[in-house]
Amino acid sequence: MIDEIGQFALILALCLSLAQVGLSFAARTRGDASLAGAGEGAALAAFVCVAVAFAALIHAFVTSDFSVVNVAENSHTEKPMIYKVAGAWGSHEGSILLWCFVLTAYGAAMALARGLPFGLKSLAVGVQGTLGVLFIGYMVLASDPLLRLPRPPVEGHSLNPLLQDPALAAHPPFLYSGYVGFSVVFSLALAALLEGRVDAAWARWVRPWALAAWSLLTVGITLGAFWAYYELGWGGWWFWDPVENASLMPWLAGTALLHSAVVTEKRGALASWTAFLAICAFTLSMLGAFLVRSGVLTSVHAFAIDPKRGTLLLGIFAIAAGGGFSLFAWRAPLLKDQAVFAPISRESALVVNNIILAAVTITVLVGTLWPLVLEAFGRQGGVGAPYFNLVVGSLMLIAFLVLPAGPLLAWKRGDAVGAIQRLSWAAFAGLLAALLVFVFTTPRHAMAAAEVGAGAWLIAGSLAEIVDRVRLFNSPWPEAFRRLRGLPRGSWGMSLAHLGLGVFVMGAAFETSWRAEAAQVLTPGAGMDLGAYHLSLENVEDAPGPNFDAERGTIRVTDARGTLACLARPARKTYDTGGQTTSQVAICPKGLDDIYIVLGERRMSAAGVSSWLVRGFWNRWARLIFLGPVLMALGGVISLSDRRLRLGVGRRAPGGARGAPAPRPAT
Amino acid sequence: MSHARAAAVMAALACLAGAAEPAERLADPSREARARSLFRETRCLVCQGESIDDSESTFAADLRRLVRQQVAEGRSDAQVRAFLAARYGDFVLLRPPFSAVNAILWVGPFLVICIGATILVRRARTAPSAAPLSAEEETRLASLTEETMT
Repeated sequence: MIDEIGQFALILALCLSLAQVGLSFAARTRGDASLAGAGEGAALAAFVCVAVAFAALIHAFVTSDFSVVNVAENSHTEKPMIYKVAGAWGSHEGSILLWCFVLTAYGAAMALARGLPFGLKSLAVGVQGTLGVLFIGYMVLASDPLLRLPRPPVEGHSLNPLLQDPALAAHPPFLYSGYVGFSVVFSLALAALLEGRVDAAWARWVRPWALAAWSLLTVGITLGAFWAYYELGWGGWWFWDPVENASLMPWLAGTALLHSAVVTEKRGALASWTAFLAICAFTLSMLGAFLVRSGVLTSVHAFAIDPKRGTLLLGIFAIAAGGGFSLFAWRAPLLKDQAVFAPISRESALVVNNIILAAVTITVLVGTLWPLVLEAFGRQGGVGAPYFNLVVGSLMLIAFLVLPAGPLLAWKRGDAVGAIQRLSWAAFAGLLAALLVFVFTTPRHAMAAAEVGAGAWLIAGSLAEIVDRVRLFNSPWPEAFRRLRGLPRGSWGMSLAHLGLGVFVMGAAFETSWRAEAAQVLTPGAGMDLGAYHLSLENVEDAPGPNFDAERGTIRVTDARGTLACLARPARKTYDTGGQTTSQVAICPKGLDDIYIVLGERRMSAAGVSSWLVRGFWNRWARLIFLGPVLMALGGVISLSDRRLRLGVGRRAPGGARGAPAPRPAT
Repeated sequence: MSHARAAAVMAALACLAGAAEPAERLADPSREARARSLFRETRCLVCQGESIDDSESTFAADLRRLVRQQVAEGRSDAQVRAFLAARYGDFVLLRPPFSAVNAILWVGPFLVICIGATILVRRARTAPSAAPLSAEEETRLASLTEETMT
């Protein structure tokens, strides 16, 4: 019964979304506030309906209702509760339902948002409703998450045991909240284009949504990378796989959007470019969903689903993206962009940031789609990690050089010499770090040393920004402290995000270039060296689990002085069903480093002596790789809590940055 | 996305860093290092998305043996790559070679930078230059911004 209520709620949600579209657009053309209110009500009701359907699906998973196809295929009675709940978004149908849930939630939040002018808001709610119609329609027509089985099985197929992992249970909700968060930005951009006005006030409304989506996406991507790191068993954390690239592209476009929106908000410049990026960010999110969900690219992640769904998803993508870009091409020339700025100014620095991020996004896009492009010409080929590392790495290095100078330059016309002077100690810190790393590490890598230097320069540069704003060295301490407390949260957020980027760059450079690895077949009692550490295999014992057999090794990790660094217990599991073998990595954190140990398969010698292949990685500074993005996301959240963003421009003193406020009919 | 990830896990688990297998290594450390760097640029055609350095599949093992053999015979990196491309097609190379078709991959990103830079410079040039603030205006501005900050 509950499942049928869920199915009914989905159809109702589709109807409500249609009503949302009709009412909101009619409200704008007639200038009728009650119609707009009805449209907003429809948006709220659509959200409630999708939430009911989502709750019904979770209920089906929690109660192991195997009469639902989705549950029978992806769940099992013996699964821990958290993974039963997470199973709800594990399948194709479930993840589309999650997508729609987040989409309508953002739609409802937008309907409740205050301070937006009447016309812009009605149009934005209408566009958001159109997206809802497309995706909920797809679900109702082709991807019913609550489809019943005529003859329910006694037991489900179970979710792949490897996916039963906390990081992976949380990964899709964060990722989708990020992806779909850009839908609000998309709707606001299309609404503003229809209104024919993209200005500072508009940018101010867009920024909190973009910040929220960007922060959530950052967390989602980091969770995925962290999971890959500890689950896949060879120490890698980024593969440049199409699915990963699919999540990186909207992140890059979103990052560019955050920066260009600042220029539009503060200076009224780059208005059409900001609108363009807003459309791009969500288009790339949809492209990512299409690439992943249709399996069009042969990827390690891809799985075949019937072509009908792929075609439908491509159709939705074509309608939304095509509509967005056509509208942009039609309306953008009407936008006026009069603000002037000198070649050395904060605007210019932010434009440089945008140019580089655009180049990186295009690199990832073209590289990811390259196999398809070649196939269209009857050729075969593709690009992989070496290509992306080289091109993206060198492009980003240019961005890193400019980055710390940006916040120190004034709007309109900056003082290059002054900025360089104020950054001199940051530059010194960067050079010193590069030099120290170059001299004291073996083997020597000039490029990696430069990258670590770039990381140090970014960290010092972001601190320099704070120091400069509070005039730490040019004013008495109490005065500087008072300024520090008065510093807007937006500044803290920005500096923290930039600092996080520096932390990530240092970690990535160090880990990639100075990771030590060792692999040997060991008998119990034998050992091997791993960088500065020594690993010795103490014993391997059987450790059977509920639905698997396991061998668990105990490995003593000692440092150069012979003191025990840690006792690692990696395992190798063989699952009863399917005979799938997985390895459970043991990770010993040592300061910033990870000692990462994998137990391989058992080998028998002719004499009947067992031995095991043991692989160890000494991942230098690997912790920084995950700490950096966390700091970046935290920076986004802190910026989001800035009073100036929360209040919005609408309720500030009259005569502010915004022009004449649009008339808002009485409600 | 978790389902998609599942496929990744299974592929990757089938492909647990196979190149570290001790029995396969070359005796000469510098040649072994060269072979390893070649592995990282060679696609494991049956694993898809993984290099032969990461894969434990028999195909990757065969390919590694082939590459190590070539390196041991004293072939240069370029010769080994050409050999692989001739035998398995360009798809086997993770770093695309510079050719007319692939030029867009290598030149494209930098072209975007150049176009962007040109637009920026032209735009900045056409902008009328604003006079810098006088010292008096600077102090007034500072006092004003101070007021708003507190």
